[in-house]
Amino acid sequence: MTLLSRRSVLRAAGALSACTCSGLPTSAGTSTVRFAMEEVAPGVFVSTGQHELFTPQNGGHISNVSFVIGRDGVAVVDTGGSAGVGRALLAAIRRVTDRPIRYVINTHMHPDHVFGNAPFLAPETLFAGHVKLARSLAARGERYLAVNKAELGPDDFEGTRIVAPSLAVDGVQTLDLGERMLTLTSRRTAHTDNDLTVRDEKTGTLFLGDLLFSGHVPTLDGSIKGWLTLLAELRSEPAARVVPGHGPASMAWPVAMDAQAHYLDVVARDVRKTIAAGQPLEVAMGTAALNEKPAWLLFDDFHARNVAAAFAELEWE
Amino acid sequence: MKPLASLARSTLRSAALACAVALIGVPAFAADEDPWPALKTDLFGAKTFAADAAGLELEAPYRAEDAAIVPITVKIPASLGAVKSLTLVVDKNPAPMAASFTFGPAAGTGDRSIATRLRFDSYSNLRAVVEKADGTLLMVTKFVKAAGGCSAPALKDADEAIANLGKSQVKLLASPEGNSDMRSGLVMVRHPNYSGMQMNQETGLYIPAKYVSKMDVSRGGEQVFRMEAGISISADPNIRFTFTSSSNNQLAVTTTDSDGNVFTAQSAASGS
Repeated sequence: MTLLSRRSVLRAAGALSACTCSGLPTSAGTSTVRFAMEEVAPGVFVSTGQHELFTPQNGGHISNVSFVIGRDGVAVVDTGGSAGVGRALLAAIRRVTDRPIRYVINTHMHPDHVFGNAPFLAPETLFAGHVKLARSLAARGERYLAVNKAELGPDDFEGTRIVAPSLAVDGVQTLDLGERMLTLTSRRTAHTDNDLTVRDEKTGTLFLGDLLFSGHVPTLDGSIKGWLTLLAELRSEPAARVVPGHGPASMAWPVAMDAQAHYLDVVARDVRKTIAAGQPLEVAMGTAALNEKPAWLLFDDFHARNVAAAFAELEWE
Repeated sequence: MKPLASLARSTLRSAALACAVALIGVPAFAADEDPWPALKTDLFGAKTFAADAAGLELEAPYRAEDAAIVPITVKIPASLGAVKSLTLVVDKNPAPMAASFTFGPAAGTGDRSIATRLRFDSYSNLRAVVEKADGTLLMVTKFVKAAGGCSAPALKDADEAIANLGKSQVKLLASPEGNSDMRSGLVMVRHPNYSGMQMNQETGLYIPAKYVSKMDVSRGGEQVFRMEAGISISADPNIRFTFTSSSNNQLAVTTTDSDGNVFTAQSAASGS
């Protein structure tokens, strides 16, 4: 099957999102996932999730999911927040290509990025992740499942389970999709302790997972110092475009990271001030970086927790 | 009052049992069962609770942002005079006795406060119980909406947590406002405080409980408090406290964990 032109895919995407209203043929029962793909570069497709918490209405499609098509097969980058999203993504891939899915790559452990893995289980498919992903998922998977089961509708949650990575990336690893090389890089502790980036060498597209948020307030589950250091390092890695974990399907680089770097800088600065003044955690949670609120969605859901995490880290400086 | 060590052992056994029961899908407790009457007898026996909290204050968020790090503060006013102890209880945690502080002479009798961070495994009442010098008990209660803090791996970077085990700091802070006789201090200990409910990521088995069980804090050689604690204290235990100022305000802390490891630290030497 030849690759579809951008225009024809966008038409297909329109048809796809229209048909989700009556439920995709491959989804179980009445999935509520609304799904449209965008081709951001030749052979590189992204579906953007809603800037929302898990709800039965969004079915767990709250982060960006992507796939890249090579001569010999397909690589998926993140699978979304439920098996329902995974099923919708698989159906979207099958509308564009019948090539085998060689790799499912998870950019990190969070449920909105790994819960769509199960529908991709197949003998020819390897599940790739940071060398620390398996450990972190094993520690958290059971609780993630319990919490998200309660937040998702039964049809989209149906079939959701933790899929342990079968390809651990420690450093740099290259995957060959046939005339298309992907470079996977395990990163230092930043958003989490298991962040992995994916570069499509053919188009210069860099998938950053949740190392980059746009619109949706960043969430800190790793190290604020590590994240700020990594952002500075990433700045020198050229990319034609980047795909954030939450935000538009494609963004210009490195300007895409400016808003997030500013937010993390202000959080770190304000938390350090509070610590230097001998003030406790709860004071920082009620005061640090509150001026940043208008710039971000879901600020009230995640900001105070970010401050707590930053405080617990920076108080040891 | 039942000795804390034996209580911790028995509650840990029931925590392990609760885990085993949870694994086969049977709820360990009825959701609406009130654990307090039984806890009250276990922890405080036949002692009398005063009808009024007499100015004792407990600050805790109604809705916690992170159930593994819930900041709480207890304020003991000067009007209560000398007090023997402060006990923190999280009713619905697997080991409900979070910590018990026994105060020494350097704790003073002015406006005092103790602040720390707790784990909440489910929505629960948090209780601060102070025993006055005459043996009567005062209690304040706050309901906290937070869940999952005992089984959540609070350690965001697992390798770093192990590398830093036991690293301790004790600091002198500024005097509380308008309270020149009292000073504040802060103790921080790097410790994963494993609850026994977190899973070992490599083996899939539960990590045995390993937590800070005892902490002695002194000022100029005089005791401020001894804390006996359990698994409801957050990872990297963090205690802010007040003490009376004297000619030697150097603080010292000795921490013992449930494996018998001992960690010590001292603040900079400082006069009043």
